[in-house]
Amino acid sequence: MTTPTTTGPLLPAGFADLEPFAARWALATEAERYAERLSSSMPDMQAFYDAAFPRLEAALAHCDALDITALPEDAKHLMHLMFSLVNVSFPVEAWKQPNVPESGAASMDLVHEPML
Amino acid sequence: MAHFPKPAEGSWTQHWPHLGTAPVSYDDSNSPEFFELEREAIFKRSWLNLGRVEELPKVGSYVTREIAAARTSIILVRDRDGQVRAFHNICRHRGNKLVWQDFPQEETRGSCRQFTCKYHGWRYGLDGELTFVQQEEEFFDLDKADYPLVAVHCEVWEGFIFVNLAKEPKQTLTDFLGSLGTDLAGYPFGEMTQMFRYTSTINANWKLFIDAFAEFYHAPILHQRQAVADEATKLAGFGYEALHYDIFDNGHSVVSSWGGMSPPKDLNMVKPIERVLRSGLFGPWDKPEGIDLSNLPPAVNPGRHPKWGQDSFQVFPNFVILVWEPGWYLTYNYWPLAYDQHLFEGRLYFAPPRNATERMRQELAAVTFKEYALQDGNTLEATQTMLKAQVVTEFPLCDQEILCRNLHKVVQDQVAAYRAETETETPVSVR
Repeated sequence: MTTPTTTGPLLPAGFADLEPFAARWALATEAERYAERLSSSMPDMQAFYDAAFPRLEAALAHCDALDITALPEDAKHLMHLMFSLVNVSFPVEAWKQPNVPESGAASMDLVHEPML
Repeated sequence: MAHFPKPAEGSWTQHWPHLGTAPVSYDDSNSPEFFELEREAIFKRSWLNLGRVEELPKVGSYVTREIAAARTSIILVRDRDGQVRAFHNICRHRGNKLVWQDFPQEETRGSCRQFTCKYHGWRYGLDGELTFVQQEEEFFDLDKADYPLVAVHCEVWEGFIFVNLAKEPKQTLTDFLGSLGTDLAGYPFGEMTQMFRYTSTINANWKLFIDAFAEFYHAPILHQRQAVADEATKLAGFGYEALHYDIFDNGHSVVSSWGGMSPPKDLNMVKPIERVLRSGLFGPWDKPEGIDLSNLPPAVNPGRHPKWGQDSFQVFPNFVILVWEPGWYLTYNYWPLAYDQHLFEGRLYFAPPRNATERMRQELAAVTFKEYALQDGNTLEATQTMLKAQVVTEFPLCDQEILCRNLHKVVQDQVAAYRAETETETPVSVR
């Protein structure tokens, strides 16, 4: 429903280096991003983090120049990709595992989120 | 040794002598019989928050809310005069649930000009009036005016929608909120309309989760892996002390805390993503522009402390408003489903972001909230499991757990009062 399906580049020109991660991580909802994180390996998330983290500020600068209430599709994909970076930063920077330690079977569902 | 001054009595708890200092019984959190009494004594009599007016943006906007503790479902709707009204979600014809989508037990929302029952097509206006009966001539002396939707008492305070399921509430919402309502009024809640809403079904009594978020004594320990290593050790060594506590009439209370990290004194204390985005558990570090936070109402930062970071207002029985110094707020609602299970709702409210950077900072705050809440929720299940063993039933609460002490006392007092009222009618035993 929200996974990008186009065959051309998903991200704005200038972010071609992140294109290999876009189909997998440019996901429109937190539920999809969190599910992708839980089903990913640490090496996969580390590779995504290592590529995306140094580009976070450039991505925000690109999108800050646009109207946040009317982002074009490629900028939305870039924002969604960076939302995924925020999500995987916890396994990569803190947990060293995909799920939250001591969280066991607990769940916390984001049932309403502001959409881009 | 106290880092922050306490009342002259020597402790916050002793400042309110009726609370006592003895160990507290948690039998109120481990008993099906006690929960049955809570339904009547508390959830069918108290003012209950069901959300905010922004969730009903225009005439005809509606949401449904399931209140399992009172075994009912409520429709909230904005009527043609712009007023928020509440009705029991039941068709007057033969008792079908009036508004639902695919699953009768799931909440729904939308916008409509009237409500139409799925069963036989009876229709109701936004004011609850029965406007259409299918094959009306087949009925016997049916006057539509006699069959409106059953209204529920509904009042709005500072944009927060409350209902009271009693036929005649003992107090108005204003009287129920008392000085807390007066002194917190004026905070710019209505300007912080960017909302994230989490829900979680937690296998623990509803009061156990309120307890968890009503004290921060646990924070340096349970969440220590969320900080970088050196900082975690320092936080655990320092422990936790609040700046200020207050206990109000009708069971309400507040804990006021220092801020700590907005922004942190030493950037090496926080994780790389927080350093780049200037945001984290305590929200975006920078205040939103365009919202006046210079003249806060008297209930906010009640100690007027320069290190103030946040206030957690506990609105009895099951609603919390948490106001953060950097200019955003959280709400929690705890909905009992059984004596050992509840539905937790957490909402984060921010100023609408003006650009991508502000939006990304909110995303980090919202994701961080979830990481912490997952740890908290799971711990509660561990607590409930061992309460069931009934090996230990009374627990020593420290001065930083005064709000837990207050909550259990008020609940136990109200249940006792209810039992005294009804004792002659139906004797009920509580173990």
